[in-house]
Amino acid sequence: MTSTEAPAAVPAKTSSAGRKPDTKREVNAFSSLAHIALFVWALATAGPLIWVVLSSFKNNTEIFLGQPFGLPSSFSFQSYLDAWTTAHVGQYFLNSVFVVVLSTAGTMLLGSMAAYVLARYRFPGNRAIYYLFVSGLAFPTFMALVPLFFILKSFGLINTFTGLILVYIAYSLPFTVFFMAAFFKTLPMEIEEAATMDGASHTRKFFQIMVPMAKSGLVSITIFNIVGQWNQYLLPVAIMQGAGADSKWVLTQGIANISTSAGYQAQWSTLFAALTLSILPMIIVYAIFQRQIQAGLTAGAVK
Amino acid sequence: MRHGKYPFIIGFLVVPVALYVTFVVAAYVQTFQLAFTDWSGLGPISYVGFENFVTMWNDSLFWRSVQHNLFVLLVLPIITIALALVFAFLLNVGGGHKGGTTRGVWGSKLYRVLFFFPQLLALAIVAVIFGRVYSPDESGLINGLLPSGSEPILFLADGNIALISIVAVLVWQSVGFYVVLFSAGMGSISTEIYEAAAIDGANRVTLFFRITVPLLWQTIQVAWVYLGIAAFDCFALVNIMSVERGGPDGATSVLSLMIYRNAFEFSQAGYASALGVSLFILTLAFAALTLRVTRRDAVEM
Repeated sequence: MTSTEAPAAVPAKTSSAGRKPDTKREVNAFSSLAHIALFVWALATAGPLIWVVLSSFKNNTEIFLGQPFGLPSSFSFQSYLDAWTTAHVGQYFLNSVFVVVLSTAGTMLLGSMAAYVLARYRFPGNRAIYYLFVSGLAFPTFMALVPLFFILKSFGLINTFTGLILVYIAYSLPFTVFFMAAFFKTLPMEIEEAATMDGASHTRKFFQIMVPMAKSGLVSITIFNIVGQWNQYLLPVAIMQGAGADSKWVLTQGIANISTSAGYQAQWSTLFAALTLSILPMIIVYAIFQRQIQAGLTAGAVK
Repeated sequence: MRHGKYPFIIGFLVVPVALYVTFVVAAYVQTFQLAFTDWSGLGPISYVGFENFVTMWNDSLFWRSVQHNLFVLLVLPIITIALALVFAFLLNVGGGHKGGTTRGVWGSKLYRVLFFFPQLLALAIVAVIFGRVYSPDESGLINGLLPSGSEPILFLADGNIALISIVAVLVWQSVGFYVVLFSAGMGSISTEIYEAAAIDGANRVTLFFRITVPLLWQTIQVAWVYLGIAAFDCFALVNIMSVERGGPDGATSVLSLMIYRNAFEFSQAGYASALGVSLFILTLAFAALTLRVTRRDAVEM
């Protein structure tokens, strides 16, 4: 069997690969097994998410019918209205946006400033400060939880957005500094030297020359930080507690709380609507920035 | 130089270093300090030596929690990496070689996009979703799919399967990330290597074990470390999903949950810090062990 399907452009090579007569059958059997395996995992991935969306339109009777993928009798958005207003998902959502916008911006500004100085200036103590930052990568956040709470308390920052934002920034610095310092090191020296000749100040060089040159690295780490901080659960649970804290909860905390109370009040559709509302923005953002998000999140592992 | 170098350096470093030292370094240092006190979180602090560690040694819940952490540490990376490697291999090489190039199966791009998505969701949200998926009555996704009249599976209420049910959720969320990570690694393996092996008569299983896995060894090592770190956490999942938080009867208790509850519910800040120190030692031991065990000659390309 010489390959009849091979494109005409590469005829020479295929004849040598065609030496084994049973290659094609093996490929077909393998290929269909591969498809089945992948399809099963695709179902397992999408199934629970589709089920959440379907259930958000169902009433309690329909939810307990034992037909998870049965269609709801009517598509009413009442549960979404309930989730957004009475269950405060809207409030939690805005809180999350507010906190993450400020904390990611702060992380990127402070992190890249420190990384730049540590990567490109020689001064006594440079290595010590660099390793101080990087060593933070080795410790589990959990370990710091107890003292962190009391440090914030002594500053009066428990149950405040300021406290949460500062903590997000501080705990995002090790990775941001580590990654951006490596990135700044790879940038060429020549342009910077030319700018120095032209009399540009250090600060100007950073903001007008180095930052634009480091754009691809900055984008990756920004995405990494946005996703990490948006999904944070432990720190807000530890910090946003006390009187009146529930109005300042972030989305992860709020949804977890709704899931507890939904059990008592038997308002399952509200919970499913709340879940859909928290998944939906991620789907939209992912659809638009799919490539950048994959690159940004895997950046840490690839180094 | 016209503009001073040192004022600039100090100006750029002072805020990040101050923030970092105040909230991160100081907190880690104080953990070691508080571990030797009986502080409740309020009032005076008195040092009690190793008392907390003695209490810990005799605390059966502590040992069970460590066991659970080690169980997750073993099971989570093995299952996740195995699944992710197989999927990544199928996506990249599964389509066979046509016209001189090795290709992935049809639709591989779509699969990769879909598999990756759960990684974007907060673990807390995933925990709430699967709390419902595992629901012990007809309203749960899995028990609802079972034929009516069959005995419902009590995923989270049955101590024998509660922990593995929670690990399954972590696997569900993580696999796609590692598929993408391994795919990137496989993409950098020259197709000529596969071609050469295929001409020599290697089948796909041989290709997978003899070429893909050795060439990806470093990436696999990184994946193991990442999953190990995740295994030590698990707080969001256990706190949200498990019955009686850590139950039934301590069957899903992990160190992170113990730290949280001792610090914020039982007013045992000192004991919680001692638990934090033990968590740190376990993490260090894991890191050292990983580096030792997985060290083998990297295959240079």
